Amino acid sequence: MDYLYDLNTFLPATIMAAAGLVAILMAAYKARIGNIFNFTIVALVMALAVSIRDLFGPDGTAFFDMIAYGGTAAFGAFLVTLGTLFCVVISRDYLEAIDHHYREVYAMILFGSTGMVGLAVSNDLIMLFLGVETMSICLYVLAGLIKGEKIGAESALKYVLLGAFSTGFLLYGIALIYGATGATSYAVVAGAAEATPLFLAGTALLLVGFFFKISAVPFHMWTPDVYQGTPTTLTAYFATASKAASFIALVLVLSRMIPEIEGVELTQLLQVIAILTMIVGNLIALVQDNVKRMLAYSSIAHAGYILVGLAAGTPEGYTGVLYYLFAYTIMNIGAFGVIAYYERNHALDFTDVHNYAGLGYKFPVMGVLLSVFLFSLIGIPPFVGFLGKYYVFAAAVNAGLVTLAVIGVLASAASVFYYLRVMVYLYFREPHKEYQLVRPGALFKYSLILLGILTLWYGIEPIFPTDSLIELISTYY
Amino acid sequence: MVEIDWYLALSAILFTIGALGVLIRRNAVVVLMCIELMLNAVNISLVSFASYHGDITGQILVFFSLSVAAAEAVVGLAIIIAIFRNNLSVDITRINLLRW
Repeated sequence: MDYLYDLNTFLPATIMAAAGLVAILMAAYKARIGNIFNFTIVALVMALAVSIRDLFGPDGTAFFDMIAYGGTAAFGAFLVTLGTLFCVVISRDYLEAIDHHYREVYAMILFGSTGMVGLAVSNDLIMLFLGVETMSICLYVLAGLIKGEKIGAESALKYVLLGAFSTGFLLYGIALIYGATGATSYAVVAGAAEATPLFLAGTALLLVGFFFKISAVPFHMWTPDVYQGTPTTLTAYFATASKAASFIALVLVLSRMIPEIEGVELTQLLQVIAILTMIVGNLIALVQDNVKRMLAYSSIAHAGYILVGLAAGTPEGYTGVLYYLFAYTIMNIGAFGVIAYYERNHALDFTDVHNYAGLGYKFPVMGVLLSVFLFSLIGIPPFVGFLGKYYVFAAAVNAGLVTLAVIGVLASAASVFYYLRVMVYLYFREPHKEYQLVRPGALFKYSLILLGILTLWYGIEPIFPTDSLIELISTYY
Repeated sequence: MVEIDWYLALSAILFTIGALGVLIRRNAVVVLMCIELMLNAVNISLVSFASYHGDITGQILVFFSLSVAAAEAVVGLAIIIAIFRNNLSVDITRINLLRW
């Protein structure tokens, strides 16, 4: 019965993998696309329920130490499932409106999320590699969804070439670490490793592979191109679920494999990368007119803020990272969702910020929601983005990295400009053309409203004397 | 008996050739081939480390890496075909609509 017990600890990914197989069979037998969509939603809700159960469960390792469950790993599985569910919910209307609603999309999303959960719960370098690749290959396919247009195909090509290139580095890093220690399991590697050149080179290459996946500067070049050419709701999927999985895997590697080893000091390196990422991401976002591209650079900047928490390297820092990932997931899916809604209207090119003039009054709910998400991305209280920033920067200050925290705060102050610019267009500019917006579908609208409520609720939650999310996360470390 | 250093040196040289090829070649198909070269160079490392440690894990990882490389090649070639249909060229210096 050990096998069933292990399977139970890996249940969210198991459900998604099984559902993916059924979904691709349904696609092969030309099932109605609405049925595939409903089936996917049901499977994801089940997976989400299971992953919420796991948040409060015990922790340990399963499948011969291949995967970890409970604690950080369970939180990773929860974030991936949450992000996937919301992205699937908002995808249907949008993909229909842009005429790229293929049956296979949902199977690809389910398989990709299986890989993401595998990545987020990995406790072994082999599982890490498999998780990254299962995720990435599905994402390459999704990036190329608009294959008939030059921009879509171009973004997919850039993604697949650079992604596979980074895979080479990741795998070489794994090989060198294996060579230096004779093991791939995090705990065994941590016990056997010494700071030999071989092990250090392996760690460096592994980190390069990770930096590609989380789009840290100077490995960020693919991010804006891919995010711009991909259908918007799938961009949200790339920017939240896959980022969250990669970051959780990085947290697990840094907290379980690296720290025991004498003479391996990564704080300096992570600090430099974090500073570069925050500055470059925010500066280039300032000059973007394309809203999707602006959000892509903003997601690079957010990766920088999360790296601040990783650079702190303390339990407090890791807690801050987990909370930030949660905040980032809900507010970013929301922002991409509203943009996807505007883009559904073909009256104007609604990826250009100039065409947002007066849009806030056209369908007030959507304008208000976009404002909420953008305020949260800036980090203004009482929204959840503020708390995320607060926890990572406070952890950095407590770990003695005051300069890093100051640079982070200054960089996020610069980010106010490009987020508010969208809002200025929404509310304070006159539209230069008359047009009508289509009404959003009920499921689409209410899921975005739910995300808005979550953004607000988790921002004000700490003032209530309840068991808050941050207390739950802080028990993991 | 050949020392493990030679295998590792071969693997490092092949990996470097592959990485340089990705950076300087212009044909997307050749770039994909260079990526395959990188992955296979790593496989040489893995197998020689496995033999050196007398441990089977490295060889198992090679199987995974081979199947991943195959899957990546399938998706990559499919995307290159899509690019070719749009641009009638697979020269990556001419695939430059998206920048900055």
